[in-house]
Amino acid sequence: MTQMDRSQGRLARPANDDADTLAPVVTASGHRALLLEEPLIFEQGADGRTGVDLPEPAGRPSRLGGLDRRGAIGLPGLSEPQVVRHFTRLSQKNYGIDSGFFPLGSCTMKHNPRLNEKMARLPGFADLHPLQPPETVQGALALIHELAHWLTTLTGMPAVALSPAAGAHGEFCGMAAIRSALAARGDVRRRVLVPESAHGTNPATAAVLGYEVDPIPATDRGRVDLAAFKAKLGSDVAAVMITNPNTCGLFEDEIQDISRLIHEAGGFFYCDGANFNAIVGRVRPADLGVDCMHINLHKTFSTPHGGGGPGSGPVVLSAALAPYAPLPMVVMEQGQYRLVETAEGDAAASFGRLKAFHGQMGMFVRALAYMKSHGADGLRQVASDAVLNANYILARLKGDITASFEGPTMHEALFDDRFLKDTGVSTLDFAKALIDEGFHPMTMYFPLVVHGAMLIEPTETESKQSIDQFCDTMLSLARRAKEGDAASFQAAPRLTPRRRLDETQAARKPVLRWTQPALPKAAE
Amino acid sequence: MLKFSKDHEWIRVDGSVGTVGITAYAQSQLGDVVFVEVPAAGKALQAGQDAAVVESVKAASDVYSPVDGTVIEGNGALSDTPELVNEDPMGEGWFFRISISNPGQLGALMDEEAYAAYLEELG
Repeated sequence: MTQMDRSQGRLARPANDDADTLAPVVTASGHRALLLEEPLIFEQGADGRTGVDLPEPAGRPSRLGGLDRRGAIGLPGLSEPQVVRHFTRLSQKNYGIDSGFFPLGSCTMKHNPRLNEKMARLPGFADLHPLQPPETVQGALALIHELAHWLTTLTGMPAVALSPAAGAHGEFCGMAAIRSALAARGDVRRRVLVPESAHGTNPATAAVLGYEVDPIPATDRGRVDLAAFKAKLGSDVAAVMITNPNTCGLFEDEIQDISRLIHEAGGFFYCDGANFNAIVGRVRPADLGVDCMHINLHKTFSTPHGGGGPGSGPVVLSAALAPYAPLPMVVMEQGQYRLVETAEGDAAASFGRLKAFHGQMGMFVRALAYMKSHGADGLRQVASDAVLNANYILARLKGDITASFEGPTMHEALFDDRFLKDTGVSTLDFAKALIDEGFHPMTMYFPLVVHGAMLIEPTETESKQSIDQFCDTMLSLARRAKEGDAASFQAAPRLTPRRRLDETQAARKPVLRWTQPALPKAAE
Repeated sequence: MLKFSKDHEWIRVDGSVGTVGITAYAQSQLGDVVFVEVPAAGKALQAGQDAAVVESVKAASDVYSPVDGTVIEGNGALSDTPELVNEDPMGEGWFFRISISNPGQLGALMDEEAYAAYLEELG
């Protein structure tokens, strides 16, 4: 059978045969076709220009009591179309999950279903005020209650605190509950054990709560070294913080031993649930002996992430920690939902508030929409597909790009820079070259347990077609690097509005604000 | 006397005073250093205890004290010019000076030759 002609007369690529014989394009405007140069909005402003032009109210005495503004305050003068174009142009320079494949490992950059957005915009949710009397927001409270039910069911844990605003905030919540539980039994402990491969937020959380962080080394299988863990246990260990699957994309297969040992030593098991996407619907963290775990709704449950946030990091808690959960919490009494706002009754031991109100309501709506549209079986499939996609990438790339660990992976595939040895190309150069190819780079140089890490997480969102395009590109770049094309890697990216940025100077001497060249002097 | 730890710190000993920094290998692994936090004078340190923080474009790491002692001074120049750690790790890029309270611990550290062999082993 001959292949069907699908071009319908279109050329496969634009005709630009003469492009190579012409000099590089230098435009008079500085724009490059649809890639427009865009000055800062302050640099575009002009005195006397304005988007609205209201007449001075006549015949009305000022009510400002002599506190009228006396001089210019330095806001740019802009017309409405200028403002619209400015932000539209900036948005066009952005690369997000809606633009293309976003394989940032450890971040679970999955598609944000539009159904979620539709639900979150329902006026009954979107137009509420957090101070409305509970009897006027029963629907919203019912939604919070139902979300809590899904989260406790999926994790097998008896309680959940919904107010934490992000993953690290959730870690703080869980570790604060652990500290409260230890204080309640008069047990002062000073150390928290954290594996070397942990997200940086884990040791940071322990340190913020006043604990000393004691790192646990990894084995050459990329997992917690159980013998080293045992050796570090003692009566001064408050908790162990473990991510499972871990940041190498590997399931901690000795997790139940770790949990038994920490409990025997009188400590608690904090699980970082950042990678829950890999096991949702398949493993209940309670069955692993977890005492508390945060869940990133903006990862596992598809609420917007990165610039599209905000995040949301509910924490599930064991029966031992539940009494210390933060306020407020939603309870159902006599057919009515009610908010418990003060530390009394069942909530007398609560460690207090983490946030002014109840949590990220808009994210709760989106997450529940995701759960209900997938159903229990759909969520199981989310985990399977995420793991399948990562293993497909591992299988396609590992012949040419060095995989860090033996065997199948979970939701993300970890590679290192051994394949670039003696090529003159670094992980950074490789990632920058990927930008020229139209992909957001993978996570690089994390986790720290391998050299020049490249951590790739496709999520369940991606089709085989988009994953294949990515793999083809990765293999082609790897081939070019090995063929001695280091110079072009070191110059990448070459097709972006700006070339290689000086990230070192940006970190050493950051310029954090625009300063106006000369502000007109305020009238005395 | 110059000694090295397995965590890639060096200590140059002059009488009872040691000057501590990170090795050329350590700075090359970290990449461009963008921030350094050094200990304050008077801080008591134990061998293996985290004494300073070094942050590069790639990662943030603790720097451990190779010996017990009391900090005499931290290198204040690193707060404005962290690049000294990359440019001159064994010289101007030193982290802190310490009054050594247990000189016996120096014996457990590597000399230059042993450290070079250790790096060889790391590949």
